[in-house]
Amino acid sequence: MEKIINVTLKVWRQAGPKASGKFETYKLDNVSTDSSFLEMMDVLNEKLIGERKEPIAFDHDCREGICGMCSMFINGHPHGPDGEITTCQLHMRAFKDGETITIEPWRSAAFPVIKDLMVSRGAFDEIIQAGGFVSVNTGGVPDGNAIAIGKDIADEAMDAATCIGCGACAAACKNGSAMLFVAAKVSQLALLPQGKVEAAHRAKVMVAKMDELGFGNCTNTGACEAECPKNVSISHIARLNREFLSAKFRD
Amino acid sequence: MAKNEESTVVEASKIDARIPAGPLAEKWSNYKAHQKLVNPSNKRRLDVIVVGTGLAGASAAASMAEMGFNVKSFCIQDSPRRAHSIAAQGGINAAKNYQNDGDSVYRLFYDTIKGGDYRAREANVYRLAEVSSGIIDQCVAQGVPFAREYGGLLDNRSFGGAQVSRTFYAKGQTGQQLLLGAYSALSRQVGKGAVKLYSRYEMLDVVVIDGRARGIIARNLVSGKIERFFAHAVVVGSGGYGNAFFLSTNAMTSNASAAIQMYKKGAYFANPAYAQIHPTCVPVHGESQSKLTLMSESLRNDGRIWTPKRKEDAEAIRAGKLKAADLKEEDRDYYLERRYPAFGNLVPRDVASRAAKERCDAGFGVGNTGLAVYLDFSAAIERLGEDLVRARYGNLFQMYEKIVDENPYKTPMMIYPAIHYTMGGIWVDYELQTSVKGLFCIGEANFSDHGANRLGASALMQGLADGYFVLPYTIQNYLADQIQVPRMSTELPEFEQAEKDVNDKIKKLLSIQGKKSVDSLHRELGLIMWDFVGMGRNKAGLEIALEKIKEVRKEFWSNVYIPGKQDDMNNELEKALRVADFIEIGDLMARDALQREESCGGHFREEYQTPEGEALRNDEEFSFASCWKFNGDGVDPILLKEALDYEFIHRQQRNYKA
Amino acid sequence: MWLIDSSIGRKLIMSITGVFLVLFLLFHSCMNIVVIISPASYNAICEFLGANWYALAGTMLLGAGFIVHILYALFLSYQNYRARGGQAYAVTKNQESVTWTSQNMLILGVIVFGFLALHMYNFWYKMQFAELTGLHTGDFHPADGAAYVKQLFSQPVYCVLYLVWLSALWLHLTHGIWSAMQSTGLNNKVWLPRIKAIANVVSTIIILMFMSIPVYYLLGCGSCC
Repeated sequence: MEKIINVTLKVWRQAGPKASGKFETYKLDNVSTDSSFLEMMDVLNEKLIGERKEPIAFDHDCREGICGMCSMFINGHPHGPDGEITTCQLHMRAFKDGETITIEPWRSAAFPVIKDLMVSRGAFDEIIQAGGFVSVNTGGVPDGNAIAIGKDIADEAMDAATCIGCGACAAACKNGSAMLFVAAKVSQLALLPQGKVEAAHRAKVMVAKMDELGFGNCTNTGACEAECPKNVSISHIARLNREFLSAKFRD
Repeated sequence: MAKNEESTVVEASKIDARIPAGPLAEKWSNYKAHQKLVNPSNKRRLDVIVVGTGLAGASAAASMAEMGFNVKSFCIQDSPRRAHSIAAQGGINAAKNYQNDGDSVYRLFYDTIKGGDYRAREANVYRLAEVSSGIIDQCVAQGVPFAREYGGLLDNRSFGGAQVSRTFYAKGQTGQQLLLGAYSALSRQVGKGAVKLYSRYEMLDVVVIDGRARGIIARNLVSGKIERFFAHAVVVGSGGYGNAFFLSTNAMTSNASAAIQMYKKGAYFANPAYAQIHPTCVPVHGESQSKLTLMSESLRNDGRIWTPKRKEDAEAIRAGKLKAADLKEEDRDYYLERRYPAFGNLVPRDVASRAAKERCDAGFGVGNTGLAVYLDFSAAIERLGEDLVRARYGNLFQMYEKIVDENPYKTPMMIYPAIHYTMGGIWVDYELQTSVKGLFCIGEANFSDHGANRLGASALMQGLADGYFVLPYTIQNYLADQIQVPRMSTELPEFEQAEKDVNDKIKKLLSIQGKKSVDSLHRELGLIMWDFVGMGRNKAGLEIALEKIKEVRKEFWSNVYIPGKQDDMNNELEKALRVADFIEIGDLMARDALQREESCGGHFREEYQTPEGEALRNDEEFSFASCWKFNGDGVDPILLKEALDYEFIHRQQRNYKA
Repeated sequence: MWLIDSSIGRKLIMSITGVFLVLFLLFHSCMNIVVIISPASYNAICEFLGANWYALAGTMLLGAGFIVHILYALFLSYQNYRARGGQAYAVTKNQESVTWTSQNMLILGVIVFGFLALHMYNFWYKMQFAELTGLHTGDFHPADGAAYVKQLFSQPVYCVLYLVWLSALWLHLTHGIWSAMQSTGLNNKVWLPRIKAIANVVSTIIILMFMSIPVYYLLGCGSCC
């Protein structure tokens, strides 16, 4: 049932990429436990606007857990303490009355802060641009049923493909590594016959781009998998390692 | 070869959809065989701007770049992959007939026309059905992991409004997978340098020079800087305008601003009244609600919809004194099964939505707001067992439980309709060109193909059809004449003026410094829209809506408060610019709904219904697409009509009772 | 060179040297257990691994493995520190599935390395080193390993120190072994839990064999025999 709680929010405020940031504390009363975390943020922003203060900038869009736009490191977890969801799916019932909630932006050298809780995840786009695709042009492709694909293979590729590119993996990783993100794409396309043709090249260029952009080295802590809102498995990282190493040894 | 459609009444202009001559099934082939093309060396010299990176925008940008054009792609989010196409769950239709159940291009065409309540253009819809199978092949080649059967071939599911299984899907995330496919194709071109990507940019105006679209003005959302961009042609795929209702299933940044800017630069806005309401959304919980979440329509396959039979029970449930599960079978009113014995809980979206609203308006609604009805799986669990229900709907049940904190296996789910998709949009001809030369519109942003109502799993099909297989051809017919046109300087007076207009508008908004927040005004607009321009509309209500929208407009332009500066990241300013345009679209919707004195598809006028309460079309007088032409700020727009000639299909009244 | 430039290449080096060191530990622990069963046989092994070219080559290779493993660990840790960015999180919490060990491999490594220096002084310096240089550094003959073992572990403080050390090594191994498999790509969804179990079993066997010796002497079993 709906309850009304009061919370204290410790929010990271930073005017711009080069500005130095600090925590600001806000008290927010009468929050419905039925409202989502972002709706609570909306209420806080409305309050700030009412006080003629600048509202808090944060990324969000679809608010149903699929676009991957929302970020925020809440009480020590990317996307908050509840499992298997994004910040926009987090509800205030996950918090207690009187609780202090600390909200920080993703922290990773490759994800510079743009403003307040907003970071740039352009690095992920750059990695995909380097090779996260199958090189086919529009038209002139064979029939969709021309190549049969085993259901288990298709399902495993789908599991990898559910990645929403939110960056929680890199944000959770103590090494700032983007391996789970890269692995999800490499693994998806390496599993499918359509992507297998250039799998070796793809693994090499995507890893090279990932390293170039300043992401860290994976040390298999598994924090990425534990915090991934879509439960992408680190077994895909093993496949990426395999693809990459066999590509390099073949060279 | 082009055929003229006569239209008159309000303005005696001719609306020419430029539909190729010939039999229906040969129009597109004929068009392609005779259209003008651009040779490879000339393509390099032509620039195309594509606004939006959803299914339509991303696929169009990628396909045109592959052909050799220079493409500039703009997206409002931080990455093209976040466009709202990603949220589509169910699937994508294609006339593959893999299931050997009698599907064909003609049948998909027919179902789409009928589903759209005979308010779409035959030639466009036929082309859509024709290119549909190529989309599936294309996506498979890109590595989209569609669901497969044990034999390794593609699986299909059935969807509302069709008697065949032609829907391809990737778990409950088909939109995501298709968008990521298009995004990867786009990314490949960005990596090659064929597409220049501008993310966190919002288009604020179209630049028209000598009657042709030649560029856009866009705001860099990070720096706040207003920038000018030239192109030989401009393509807009900016999605629908459902957020005029404030609460909708659209994403927070989904907006109508690009469409309204095109409209103000001379592109007609067609059929704004056609908006689709989806019956199975999670109900509003209270004041702070920011958006609505849709749950797949497939839930209605096994769930039964009901409200209490007695008002006292409904009141007791709302007050928390009575639990739904405790209400006896004979005290429940399965109103869809009662009213529509043949289709029961599987009536089309518009019918199911209206019936829910009718029950709630009559005082039988449940939930703390009284704006919800039950979707009950207890019978299905008894019949199929909890495990099978979990296998079919587990992810949806989990999503519901995360939002509402109630276990749907034990307590009936609560649902309520919400605005979901807008069939109306910028008017385009057969080539997807608007009434402004060189300005094209694709995907949900245009008005074509779905008529007055869209069938499930057809939005993805249309977006990708436009982007992969239609626009990249038709735009060449225009660009072939542009090869002599050199790249223009963005210092031209037209660019200067457009930028100045944008700047003036922003300065004006920032100078108001009133008392109301942008969101609160948007919410006011949304309430008016929902109450008067929502599921059930009538003359008196629409007239009230027009008055009230006028008041909101006045209030907005005199009392909005926007903190922050122009030349900085400023989310409130972004929202204000969008709300200013939502007010315009709200006005157009109400106007269009008022003039259309009939009920059809997503447009239901209470005055025009059958004795049984069903939509009553008027083909004699309203067989046209209403095209609204901008006539200056503060002046009523002009209505033009594109007559819809049904040459190949015989029109019938939709009937879901028997 | 991709073994230096690429993150996965660097991890491959960590894995290969790590696996090599695990194999060494396995051998070392098997050898050690002999001292309990038969001190004389143990001494024969010590004799065999004295100042011979093969023992020397083995030692050099082993040393190289250690050095590469440590240098790469430092290099990787530095890069990872940089990748985290300048600002640390104010609040961090781990999910249950994330082990403390996995996040503290460097610290465990440093502990292991620190004790290793002591261990080298306790045994290697007095045995192989003495034999090589001809210097008499210990109380017994360089090949009388059993005597050295007995002497050291008759002091409870060394027993405790060695037990602490071995505990740290055990933690390091539980993550290191499966992690090496993961980094070389020898893993998948089915084998993930199996490999983790194998890693735990192997590292526990190694450490128990090592631990049995100080415990054996601590309990005074060595002197009564």
